[in-house]
Formats: sequence, C-alpha cells, structure tokens
Amino acid sequence: MTRLNVNPTRMEMRALKARLKTAVRGHKLLKDKADETVRRFMEYVRLNRKLRRETEKEVTAALKSFMLASAANSPESIAEAVEVPARTVKLKSGETNIMSVYVPKIEIEEGDEKELYPYSFAAVSSELDDSLKSLGEVLIKLIRLAEVEKTCNMLADEIEKTRRRVNALEYVLIPDYEETIKYISMKLDENERANTIRLMKVKSMLEKESGGR
Amino acid sequence: MPNDRVAAVGDKDSVFAFKALGVDVFGVKDNEDAEKRIKELARTYSVIFVTEDVATANAELIARYKARPYPAVIPIPTASGSNGFGMRGIDLCVEKALGRKLDEED
Repeated sequence: MTRLNVNPTRMEMRALKARLKTAVRGHKLLKDKADETVRRFMEYVRLNRKLRRETEKEVTAALKSFMLASAANSPESIAEAVEVPARTVKLKSGETNIMSVYVPKIEIEEGDEKELYPYSFAAVSSELDDSLKSLGEVLIKLIRLAEVEKTCNMLADEIEKTRRRVNALEYVLIPDYEETIKYISMKLDENERANTIRLMKVKSMLEKESGGR
Repeated sequence: MPNDRVAAVGDKDSVFAFKALGVDVFGVKDNEDAEKRIKELARTYSVIFVTEDVATANAELIARYKARPYPAVIPIPTASGSNGFGMRGIDLCVEKALGRKLDEED
C-alpha cells in the first residue's frame, strides 16, 4: 500500500486518525446497506423470474390466438376492427424509494371506458374476442412486469456501485490511512529518541569538559 | 419526462394486437428503423414493450436505459414463442449485482 504524502507531524496524525475513524464507520454503514439491498434485490429477482415466466407464456398464447383470429378473417376487417381502439392505456407512474434508489412505480389506471372491443361483433369472428380478452388480462401483468424488471435493473446497478465503494474503502483508503498513521508515529518516536540521545551526548560532553579542569 | 403511456415496438404482425387495447403500436421494418424508433420513444413514453427479436438486435441500446427510472424497456415474446432474451436479461442483472451466476431455479 502507498503512504500518503503528508508531513510527519502530530497535528497531521490527529487529522488522519479522525479521517480513519470516519472511513471505518462509512465502510460499516455501506456494507450494511449493500447487504440489505442484496436482500431486497433477491426478492425482486424471484418475483421477476416468476412474472416473466408467466407472462411470456401468456403473451405467446394470446398473440397466437390473435394470429389465428387474423387468419379467420380478412386482413382488412381485422385492421378495421383493431385500428381505432375503444380505450387507451393510461398509467399512473410515480417513484418509490428502495434503499435510497428511486425506482419507478407504475400502475395501470382504469379508464372509464369499459368497452374492450372496439368493433362490431358482426364484423369479425369470435376468435378475435377471445384473443383480445386474454391479451387485455396479460397487459396488466406486463405492466407489473415492467415495474419489477426495472426495479431489478436499478437495484443491480446500485448494488454494483455500493460494492465498489465498500471495496475502495476496505482495500485502499483504510489501509492507506493506517499505514500513514503508523509511519508518522514511528517518525515521531524516532525524533524523540534522537532528541534524548542528543541531550545525553551533550551532557556527557559538558561533564568531560568540566571534569578535565 | 414520462407521459404515462405505453408503446409497443416490433414487427407489425406481432405487435398489432396490442393496438386494440390502447397501446401505441409502432411497426418497424428493420433493426435500424427500430433503433431510431426506440430512441425517439424513450424520450416520451413510460413503458416500451419491444419484441424479443428486435430487442436482441438492439441489446446495447436497451441496456442503456436500464439505470434510469423511465422509460422501462421490456422485451416481450412474439407469437412464435420466446427466444430467452428476457430471461437472459434477468440472469445478467443478477450476475451484475452479485458478481456470479445464480443456479437456483425456483
């Protein structure tokens, strides 16, 4: 480890000791934060996996049935039926705070228009009704998936950042401080010894001088 | 800022069905088109669903949006099933956070 470039004085050492204390405390706090964030993250990842597995199956099924419905009707009538939707998806998007990470909170806002089918039942076959119904249900889940997946991504990012900070403190900053403090205290001790020896030497020289006379 | 709306990007046949539900659908022909479209939509939409084939081709672009709260760019499978891109995304995320893969399959 490298020693910091400071003057070996008592004052410097005092300041360094204070900084070391702060660093140790910060390290402990950050480590706790990392642990808790990982715990939360694992919960979200589990949920994310589960949701994704479910929705992937459901979306595929719904789209398949839509495809079949399209095949049963002419492309024009399908386009006509679907092109102008009877409702729009409105979200309520906010932010929540998980371990001081601001993650999105997305909720689907039910509009007042309850009509799901934007077409006349006479114009297209009933397969389309079924596929749109299942797709409508899966959309709610998809929005939830969006929220959870985003949370996972952001928490992962935060965990990585925190881990870097913890490591920087643990393996660089704290050892550096410790080494510098040790260096200063050794230097100060050395100075003190040098001083004592010098005094002793001077004393013996003085004694020799006065004893000779 | 997000506008509380949902967009879907992908080849026209796959995402067209979402139109009936009130999702704004953007059909794209090729990957370049998709890249441009996603960049454009990212500025306004809260949630963007991208079909997995398009997402695979533009994985780098999508990874860029991961650290921000909005937009949420979410890969969805097409009618022909999933190619595993979405699941791989979760695995990558775990690997990034924990520094290793997790074999637990619950």
